[in-house]
Amino acid sequence: MNNATYITIFYIFAAVTVFSAAFVVFSKNVIYSAFSLLFTFFGAAALFVFLSADFIAVTQVVVYVGGILVLLLFGVMFTNTIMQADLKTDVLHVVPGILLLAATVGGMLFTFYTTGSWKPSDVQLEGSVVERIGFETMSRYVLPFEMASILLLAALIGAAFLARFDKVRNNEQ
Amino acid sequence: MTFSAIPLISPPFLMGNNLNAWSEALAGLTISWFPLGLVIIAAIPLVFIALYALTYGVYGERKISAFMQDRLGPMEVGKWGILQTLADILKLLQKEDIVPTAADKFLFVIGPGILFVGSFLAFAVLPFGPAFIGADLNVGLFYAIGIVALEVVGILAAGWGSNNKWSLYGAVRSVAQIVSYEIPAAIALLCGAMMAGTLSMQQISVLQSGPYGFAHFFLFQSPIAWLPFLIYFIASLAETNRAPFDIPEAESELVAGYFTEYSGMKFAVIFLAEYGSMFMVSAIISIVFLGGWNSPLPNIGALALYDWTTGPVWGAFWIVSKGFFFIFVQMWLRWTLPRLRVDQLMYLCWKVLTPFAFVAFVLTAIWEIYVP
Repeated sequence: MNNATYITIFYIFAAVTVFSAAFVVFSKNVIYSAFSLLFTFFGAAALFVFLSADFIAVTQVVVYVGGILVLLLFGVMFTNTIMQADLKTDVLHVVPGILLLAATVGGMLFTFYTTGSWKPSDVQLEGSVVERIGFETMSRYVLPFEMASILLLAALIGAAFLARFDKVRNNEQ
Repeated sequence: MTFSAIPLISPPFLMGNNLNAWSEALAGLTISWFPLGLVIIAAIPLVFIALYALTYGVYGERKISAFMQDRLGPMEVGKWGILQTLADILKLLQKEDIVPTAADKFLFVIGPGILFVGSFLAFAVLPFGPAFIGADLNVGLFYAIGIVALEVVGILAAGWGSNNKWSLYGAVRSVAQIVSYEIPAAIALLCGAMMAGTLSMQQISVLQSGPYGFAHFFLFQSPIAWLPFLIYFIASLAETNRAPFDIPEAESELVAGYFTEYSGMKFAVIFLAEYGSMFMVSAIISIVFLGGWNSPLPNIGALALYDWTTGPVWGAFWIVSKGFFFIFVQMWLRWTLPRLRVDQLMYLCWKVLTPFAFVAFVLTAIWEIYVP
């Protein structure tokens, strides 16, 4: 694949990401915003692929599209009133907004240009990234990994406790 | 990394025996600036799905169901009714494209599209023979089971967009089912990935090749491999909404589930997506546990059956026939088993398949570490 094709595909995905993200923000219909997030997540995953981070790209699709987006859609669909609610986007704080935007973009650009180590590394990635991720997770980062799993287990138990069938209250009724 | 399978040079289009030879040659095919080869690679699975859904999918399913019920099935159009699906396609093409007035127009139209793309994307990593694979990703298996998430969003878009209670209930049931059964399915496939030590679909297939044919398949390489194999097969039935897990489209309760309101070509696209994902899960189970494009025939002395039946074209033949075999089993089960209730479905997933998948995972890990 030649360079022009590569760049064209990159810009297509970048445009998909940016425009769908803009649609998420500007759409007045919550359900359209939620569906538009699909394209944002997908575009972000594609951009990860361009950074040679294909494992993260697939994880992005699995976690964000398969988990978070579906949860979000369920939430929106089961909350009927959310469809009728008028989103209060009439009030626009133009000046503080622009200041905040300028500060954020300026700060990011400043960091980008001063830190300056954004060049591609001389050493090319060799072999499978998945193996490296596995080794690192099970050796250097084993403590954060285990802590995250304990946190998730606690969340799981909490969710099961909240959602379980309440025998006592059911008998009273 | 991802594009390592696609070389910058354009070798002559020869009958190469090397791994990925055909797809790499095709990827290098460029007419002036237009990367025609990449378009052709993407079109091959599309044509394949269309052809197989037309011939084997619809016609095969009708004939198989007919034979199981002691009927003849379609017999009028053509000899043994083989032109029946062509007639059906013509009928579907001529139908009016109806969008209900109360439906959410945008989501109603885009739903089948997302659904089809979701079932079609996984074909990128399925190796159709040793010489052809769309993209030999080193996260191929993970990609194939993860991309199903897109299908879920398509189903929700279709169900919500129809603005119909049956559709919405069908969509919600379907999504709950797919999301739940992804867990045992993923753990079961992880057992296969542990036996291979890689997630690349092509590498998993290569690791199962050898002169003894089927004896090299992962299913026969470990005494516990049958358990993840079985779990994945059951979970894949649920993921594709096939009977006995076709609760989302339970005719007696929900008319047709999330595609109640669809007709004409949109209906055809939804069916194409269903047949597409049926082949996808069948191909994945064949690749992970049954050697993918490897010939199951062993070399017996002078009868070098394995060597005779190995090669790029034979590879495509084996993977497609293994896939078709599993689709046949899916159809067979559909016309044999009664439908499960919703609570039974969730019981089976969370209290039977998931614990057994964990058991299989631990046993496979022990086997892989301690048994040379």
